[in-house]
Amino acid sequence: MVRSGITTYLLIIVVVIFSLATIGCSQKDEPEVMTISTTTSLYDTGLLEDAIAPAFKEKTGIELHFIPKGTGAAIQDAKNGAADAVLVHAPSVEFSFIENGYGLSRKVIAYNFFTIVGTPEDPAGIKASDPITAMKKIAEAGREGKAIWVSRDDGSGTNVKEQALWEMAGFDYEKIKNEPWFRNTGTGMGKTLLYTNNIGGYTLSDMGTYLKYRKDGLIDLEVLVDKGEELINIYSIIAVNPEKSGRNNLDRVIEFEKWLSTEGQQILANYGLKEYGRALFYPVSQADERTYQWIVEHGFFDDNGRKTECPKKYRYGDLNFLES
Amino acid sequence: MFEEPINAFHLIFSSQEVYEIALRSIKVSGVATLMALCYGLPLGLIIGFFRFPGRVQLKSFFNAMLGVPTVALGLLLYLMLVPKGPLGSLGLLYTENGISLGQSLLVAPIIVSFIANSIEAVEKDIRELAYTLGASNLQASLSLIREASNGVVLSTIAAFNRAISELGIAIMIGGNIFVRDGAYNTRVLTTAMQMYVSRGETDIALALGLILIGIVFTISSISNYIHGKLAGD
Repeated sequence: MVRSGITTYLLIIVVVIFSLATIGCSQKDEPEVMTISTTTSLYDTGLLEDAIAPAFKEKTGIELHFIPKGTGAAIQDAKNGAADAVLVHAPSVEFSFIENGYGLSRKVIAYNFFTIVGTPEDPAGIKASDPITAMKKIAEAGREGKAIWVSRDDGSGTNVKEQALWEMAGFDYEKIKNEPWFRNTGTGMGKTLLYTNNIGGYTLSDMGTYLKYRKDGLIDLEVLVDKGEELINIYSIIAVNPEKSGRNNLDRVIEFEKWLSTEGQQILANYGLKEYGRALFYPVSQADERTYQWIVEHGFFDDNGRKTECPKKYRYGDLNFLES
Repeated sequence: MFEEPINAFHLIFSSQEVYEIALRSIKVSGVATLMALCYGLPLGLIIGFFRFPGRVQLKSFFNAMLGVPTVALGLLLYLMLVPKGPLGSLGLLYTENGISLGQSLLVAPIIVSFIANSIEAVEKDIRELAYTLGASNLQASLSLIREASNGVVLSTIAAFNRAISELGIAIMIGGNIFVRDGAYNTRVLTTAMQMYVSRGETDIALALGLILIGIVFTISSISNYIHGKLAGD
């Protein structure tokens, strides 16, 4: 009786020490690792984990760890030194990230289009209008009590685009978001689509998440507006400045950026073709003349009068940067 | 309506990844529970046995910690473990060991409270009985521990079940990392479930949820069985 109590306790301690020791030793032959904070809408399509990471690992042996966060949180992660790079889609936020010295060597890698989706009844009558007119019509119908707008309001890239659209339509997002026809979910794209579907409203969605949910029969929402340069959605990768992050993976990040802008482009182009019958992302290297102009207009930064994806003083490595 | 989950089950049991994720869940939360036992058990015994100033406050502190929200604890730990944070140099962010550490902090109060309470509940009767039978002080205490072993087993199961079912710490400290054949994966059942839900693949999420429930039930049953055997001896 006396002994069993003590033995049990000793046993537990031994087991703990043993298991901690095993964990310490059980790491396989330690491959190189790169941590990239990214946006949920990109992550949830499966592109990064199912296509990009395996291909890059096969080529270089480097493991890519993607941490899904909103664009805002992804950048916060980078500032905290938890990421080697960010893969995001909010050029205005990216610009201040770079300007503040956190980001280096930004490369635009892909684009697609946001889409305004809504209930098939379309009470505001926005089908086939241009995006700005559509936003105006929704606000008007909303104030008459006929339509509901659903906003993510989570600082994500999609939300940043939405705010810009309201701005262009002549509304103040901070004011309009408190009106009764304006609902804020504060959550990811998928849940926001489900909510919009349930209440028969409108929302702004990225194409990837929408197609996935639509194909799985989770929502009846229809694409009502998907044309117009205002809806362009530009994805880019930014290396985190090692001086700010205290990490030393910069050369690997540059290698990844180079790969993404060359071989990786075809992987981007093919992703989703089989499953959805259409591409979810378009590689920037294959953009036609007009779309390229839109990318320049909405996704490039001004560098002494020239438009470029990354201003000269923030460049690093032997990458080719797009300029116009 | 159940056709989809059944299909998902076929899909899932033919997938190597799911085994890996389920095993990681058990391992990470098992280590967390053992770590918690390591410091929770002595603490619980001390609070249960001894009367010292501040004991009541200490006990209410652990009782209050029973209900700590996992997201709050997860966020706090994230801020501590982030490379620029005070404990960043440990390199525990986005690792299995990081999750274990966080979960052990989460479940330790369960162990402390359960054990302290179960000792208190039997203390007076047993001690008196032991003295009557001529036991020394030490012997009386040890027979108390034996009587309280119910509490130890129950608290261990409860702690493990809470650890393996929580999401907040696993997602914030673990990051749901998964690379095929990767060496540093941190995806566990709960984070995988939340990912599949947000991907809209609810059938797979549901199947993973059933696996999780299965693990919890199995572990509870096995422990109960073993404990029953031991108590029967």
